[in-house]
Amino acid sequence: MAEAESSTGFNIHPMDQFQIKPLFGAGEIHWYTPTNVTLWMLIAVVVATVLLVIGTRGRAVIPSRSQSVAEMMYGFVYKMVEDVTGKEGLKYFPYIFTLFIFILLANFLGLIPGSFTTTSHIAVTAVLAMGVFLGVTILGFVKNGTKFLGLFWVSSAPLALRPILAVIELISYFVRPVSHSIRLAGNVMAGHAVIKVFAGFAGALGVFSIFPIISITAVYGLEVLVAAIQAYVFTILTCVYLNDALHPSH
Amino acid sequence: MEGNIAEMGQFIGAGLACIGMGGAGIGVGTVAGNFLSGALRNPAAAGAQTATLFIGIAFAEALGIFSFLVALLLMFAV
Repeated sequence: MAEAESSTGFNIHPMDQFQIKPLFGAGEIHWYTPTNVTLWMLIAVVVATVLLVIGTRGRAVIPSRSQSVAEMMYGFVYKMVEDVTGKEGLKYFPYIFTLFIFILLANFLGLIPGSFTTTSHIAVTAVLAMGVFLGVTILGFVKNGTKFLGLFWVSSAPLALRPILAVIELISYFVRPVSHSIRLAGNVMAGHAVIKVFAGFAGALGVFSIFPIISITAVYGLEVLVAAIQAYVFTILTCVYLNDALHPSH
Repeated sequence: MEGNIAEMGQFIGAGLACIGMGGAGIGVGTVAGNFLSGALRNPAAAGAQTATLFIGIAFAEALGIFSFLVALLLMFAV
């Protein structure tokens, strides 16, 4: 692979930016090794904590800038949870808000040049999605008992169709964590890879590299949008799944 | 023009997988276009439906991401 690419004159390695490296030394990576992934996850958590603690410390009637940001994010997610899941879902608001803030900050911090995007790894997003999937499934059975299985038995459909629909519903239920995690990781990874490909063009074109640089600027703007939208989409799908668990009737 | 046939298949397969992104483009365009045409007819009801819009776009887009993933797997993982 590497020989084929270097022979064309372009030096494009769009996937190199996603390599996981240990922070200290170059040894083997174990589960406890501090790597660039853990570093940037830690930074995301610290930034979220600092932002919300400082933002809510003042409690001014006329909010300062940090307080407005904290209040807007809180209000936005609160309204989303209330709209999608109803009053019963508000009990799970802290978890959903935590997910939203973590993914949003991980996406945004990953856009800083030279940083590392933790959400571009399927391993990271899969853990988040599996947490949602397992939590929602267990919650559904705890809250509704066997009535939760009514989610798969579409009672509004004709009786002959119901077994077929049940199979389809069952498959689509178990694909949820897969699509939930790959959507976030794929979007983030694709955007960063596109930027890197354009950067490779810019290195090879000499004077004309102004065109790839303009494109990078445009794609970067799009990526800022995508980072926010994907955090929103992940959160709202969590709300939708939670709503299914709380009100499983079809 | 040298190289083994497996590598050729990799590149052809990765290129073919990108066709799937066109399908995602059609899907996202349909969702957003229909939302807009509905929203312009009844702007008062549009604001409450933006969440539905984004869910629809996310579902349509996921399939394009899957094809992108297949292309990436063929290029870098096979």
